[in-house]
Amino acid sequence: MSSASQGLQTWATAGAIAAGVASGTHSAERVVAGALERIATLNPTLNAVTAVTRDRALAKARAIDADGRNGRVAGPLAGVPFAVKNLFDVAGLTTVAGSRINRNYPPASADATLIARLEAQGGVLVGALNMGEYAYDFTGENAHDGASRNPHDLDRMTGGSSGGSGGAVAGGLVPIALGSDTNGSIRVPASLCGIFGLKPTYGRLSRAGTFPFVSSLDHLGPLARCVADLALSYDAMQGPDPADPVCTTRQAEPTAHAIARGIEGVRLAVAGDYFRRGAHRESLEAVERVARALGVTREVVLPKAANARAAAYIITATEAAALHLDRIRRVPGDFDPDVRDRLIAGTMIPATFVAKAQKLRRWYRTAILELFRDVDVIIAPATPCSAPTLGQKTIVLDGEELPLRPNLGIFTQPISFIGLPVVAVPIPVEPLPVAVQVIAAPWREDIALRVAYVLESMGVAVAPRPNLSYPDL
Amino acid sequence: MDPSQDTLDALIAANAALLGLVLAPEWRATVRQSLAVSFRLAALVEDIDLPDEAEPAPVFEA
Repeated sequence: MSSASQGLQTWATAGAIAAGVASGTHSAERVVAGALERIATLNPTLNAVTAVTRDRALAKARAIDADGRNGRVAGPLAGVPFAVKNLFDVAGLTTVAGSRINRNYPPASADATLIARLEAQGGVLVGALNMGEYAYDFTGENAHDGASRNPHDLDRMTGGSSGGSGGAVAGGLVPIALGSDTNGSIRVPASLCGIFGLKPTYGRLSRAGTFPFVSSLDHLGPLARCVADLALSYDAMQGPDPADPVCTTRQAEPTAHAIARGIEGVRLAVAGDYFRRGAHRESLEAVERVARALGVTREVVLPKAANARAAAYIITATEAAALHLDRIRRVPGDFDPDVRDRLIAGTMIPATFVAKAQKLRRWYRTAILELFRDVDVIIAPATPCSAPTLGQKTIVLDGEELPLRPNLGIFTQPISFIGLPVVAVPIPVEPLPVAVQVIAAPWREDIALRVAYVLESMGVAVAPRPNLSYPDL
Repeated sequence: MDPSQDTLDALIAANAALLGLVLAPEWRATVRQSLAVSFRLAALVEDIDLPDEAEPAPVFEA
């Protein structure tokens, strides 16, 4: 195969792969074998993948090719390799959720709902991905599996907790990965790895068959290198699921056919006040580039965003501590120390704060929905900075040196706190990319995707390719 | 809300005993640091004056 076609396969979009497989110009087996080869070659460097589902993937790919030969209509994701954060159930694998403790649990008996839905549309699962332990993380570091490494600079963090998802997509291992986002765990790695990420409305996508973190804040969603692939995979995963009690009963609202519809009439504003304080130069520049490209002059203030973020923090600390209390009692030494000590502290936060935080949550939701009467999309930074160095423990925000781990999410937490849909769009500022959040009103993922697509079409948002050596396929 | 180190240490010791948690001595400093952050942030939650009738959102719907 020529070097040109090799490059095409490594960086091919999910849409291009599926179209090629559907038309018979690509073999699903060759596409999947290519992804497996890239994982074998690059994962020792990136440490994004913790389990490879080789046999299952090749069997599925061969079945797709056979279906094509027999004249069956290919699904919209035919032959598209994808991987999932290792908190997703994969039949036959133990759902480790980044932990050592869960390795003693029995293997999952079935796939998570979202894996089943992607595979029903022709997607091919090729592996499970590294993550921060139990998703209590914004760094992508992991004491048991080692840190996920940023493909753009191997000495830097991917961000987390969906660190392997960020590294696998940015590093060209797969075009699509799934992650979870409780306080920013899709948007932070999308930002630090320079890729697109979609955190849908709370309740939009089923979480059935995934290991929880903070149920009242947990979301799942895709990461990809282009907006069309986000929409393609998101559409395949939508729809009610009685197995997740908070999953919406709304029917699927497809988006992929409409992302190029433009944004005429869409009312845009930049988030001011809280979302400008603490942001480093590169994050402010990214927001400025987006605002300039879209001609946004309006600024809105999300009222009490700092207080909302604090409430999200308190709810997270206490719900997570409650979830893990028994494990903290029995096997505290088996946790990642960075996670364990936060969980222990979480058991000791007075319940009165939690009750107040839940009241604040509803108050804040009402206030933000009021804002959305006058605007359709709010632009805000995704992270306060580009990728920190691995092992870095503190960060300077607004002149104050603070612990890094909880503070990478200062701009994502006030948004997921009330379940708003967000597309993280990567802006190629120097020396490393950083993302901007395109935030819409509940259930309006379609608008956020359209704005992201415009930015991508203008060349303002792009997932840069890292300087890595790819296998000669 | 900025409790002293002694207050936090007393809280940690009492809660650990009540909840049946065994803390290695070398974990205490980071537990204390984490708890101090939580109390500082809880102060921001307390700061917001809400009416008695304000409804909580323990099962959130967007």
